[in-house]
Amino acid sequence: MEVALAGLIGLFLSAAAYLMLSKAIIRMLLGVAILGNGVNLLIFTVGRLTPEVPPIVPAGETLPLAGSANPLPQALILTAIVIGFALLSFLLVLGYRAYQELDADNTDTMRIAEPEAAPRPPLSY
Amino acid sequence: MASQPLDFPTAMIEAPTAAADWVMVWPVALALFGAGLLVMLRGQGRLQFGLAMLVIAAIFASNLYLVLRIFEAGPLAMTMGKWLPPFGITFAADMTSAVFALAASAAAMAVAVYAQSELTEREERFGFYPMLLLLLCGVSGSFLTGDIFNLYVWFEVMLISSFGLLILGGRKVQLDGAVKYGFLNLLATTMFLVSIAYLYGLTGTLNLADLIEKSGNIETGPLLAVSLMFLFAFAVKAAAFPANAWLPASYHTPAVAVSAIFGGLLTKVGAYAAIRVLTMAIPASIVHLQPVIVAVAIATLILGPLGALAQTHLRRAVGFLVIGGIGAIFAGFALGTVHGLGGAVFYAVHSMLAITVFYLLAGLIERMTGATDTLSMGGLYGASTPLSILFLIMVFLISGLPPFLGLWPKILLVEGGIRAGNWWLAGALLVNSFLTLIVMSRLWAHIFWRNGPEGERSEQPNPELRRLDRREAGFGLGATAVLMALIVGLGLFPNWLFEASGIAAHDLLSPDRYVDAVFGGERT
Repeated sequence: MEVALAGLIGLFLSAAAYLMLSKAIIRMLLGVAILGNGVNLLIFTVGRLTPEVPPIVPAGETLPLAGSANPLPQALILTAIVIGFALLSFLLVLGYRAYQELDADNTDTMRIAEPEAAPRPPLSY
Repeated sequence: MASQPLDFPTAMIEAPTAAADWVMVWPVALALFGAGLLVMLRGQGRLQFGLAMLVIAAIFASNLYLVLRIFEAGPLAMTMGKWLPPFGITFAADMTSAVFALAASAAAMAVAVYAQSELTEREERFGFYPMLLLLLCGVSGSFLTGDIFNLYVWFEVMLISSFGLLILGGRKVQLDGAVKYGFLNLLATTMFLVSIAYLYGLTGTLNLADLIEKSGNIETGPLLAVSLMFLFAFAVKAAAFPANAWLPASYHTPAVAVSAIFGGLLTKVGAYAAIRVLTMAIPASIVHLQPVIVAVAIATLILGPLGALAQTHLRRAVGFLVIGGIGAIFAGFALGTVHGLGGAVFYAVHSMLAITVFYLLAGLIERMTGATDTLSMGGLYGASTPLSILFLIMVFLISGLPPFLGLWPKILLVEGGIRAGNWWLAGALLVNSFLTLIVMSRLWAHIFWRNGPEGERSEQPNPELRRLDRREAGFGLGATAVLMALIVGLGLFPNWLFEASGIAAHDLLSPDRYVDAVFGGERT
């Protein structure tokens, strides 16, 4: 199971890397979305997949049963999902605003902050 | 139900945290609470500034108390919800955390005052002060947390509030800068999360103090992979070469106050996290990574000021000097000795304050000359005495010349390099100072000494110059001068900072006291 999930995570991360290498902002955004999901799956998998025993302490016991599932990765993923969602929505709006204002979905033509024809430094002094 | 009394000897923390130790959550709690309050009061223009100042002053006071307390009692720790560490989320402060947090709050205070001189009413209503407080909250949280996943969360708090600040005002150039800043920083924090996931998979713990012990059992292969990923993530956050492209693309675009707080604080958090995680929590990684970090540090040290030399845009040039300063911190980090790490901590404190003042000064210069490019500046020497004095101090301060604060950490770092026999690093630090001095004296010559703008009219008086109005002189120049006075004072009496950075380096290299504080002395 871990191997299958590892393969899937690899697929997610390579798709994300491919999309983020694009010049189009919208593809980069899709890449970020896929990357976030790949990382969440990764956290899930590194917590070891032991789904047989739920992590609940039986009545009368003081410790969870041996081999019970690891509850921590789910807490981590929940946090990461919330954060990833917030950042992705911000970037979506930012990408849309940039498209409206700069009239560009292409990062090559986004050169207002770093103009290509910047003046050369003076050689005097 | 509970008829049979159970004996839980070590299930929960039983002793309450000493009241004085709560001080380590105040910087974070106050900032969060203050930001919430200010969002609720967003219609009240007048109250915003006053309340924000009150909160930041309280944060500064708690950080000051924290530093004093750590001088007295060593590292402090508290774990949330009475869960025994490593199960509860730990907040832990040693000298490194405390002096970083103190410097951050001092810089934030100056920026909050300066912002009064340039913010439009609209920008204030759209939440400059709440976002500034949230940024400070994320920065303080990163410095004070003792849990690596929690560190990631504070990184994201910092990131999302910095997004807000960066696009506040919504000019085209800001959107352009924010796209580059946003994607590359998001990628860095995601890499950080990936590395945390692998580290958790390898050790089964997220607590930094617990990691110190457990990371020793990782095999070399996985260790190398994980620590390289951490290094990549932190190098992007710190804008170390070759991962620095986002910084000069974005830091000159927002309001000056925002540039100042970004330049002062954000990159240092990346450098802090690199030192905290790689040097302290995974000490075995440094053995393998050292050649890489040395190369990164040397390249950053030299290419930072060279980049600044090639710039004519004032704030972009400052951005490249920020990168050069990160090189110095990475140099200390690469050395990994008491001198190196002490120098890195000391330099980071210097850099947080100095870069903040530098951006504020750049803002005042832009105001007076009405230009952002040094080609169209000139004649400020005759126009403003206070600004000339402040900038001249800046020239000495940022290049590390005596008698100002920049000299002392450079001495520690160069001495560390020589003691470790790493002549390349020691040489690169000196070359960095020299190149920075060239950059600074050229800026001085162009902005202050030359009469008019570059070109045929450079010998005639600059017609574009205007005086600062009352608001700009009071809040803008006032805040800049007060922070500069603080830096000059620290530079003339640096003893306590030497002592603090020595303690900080010692506790980073042999973190027994840190581990004892977290685990209540039960581990040793």
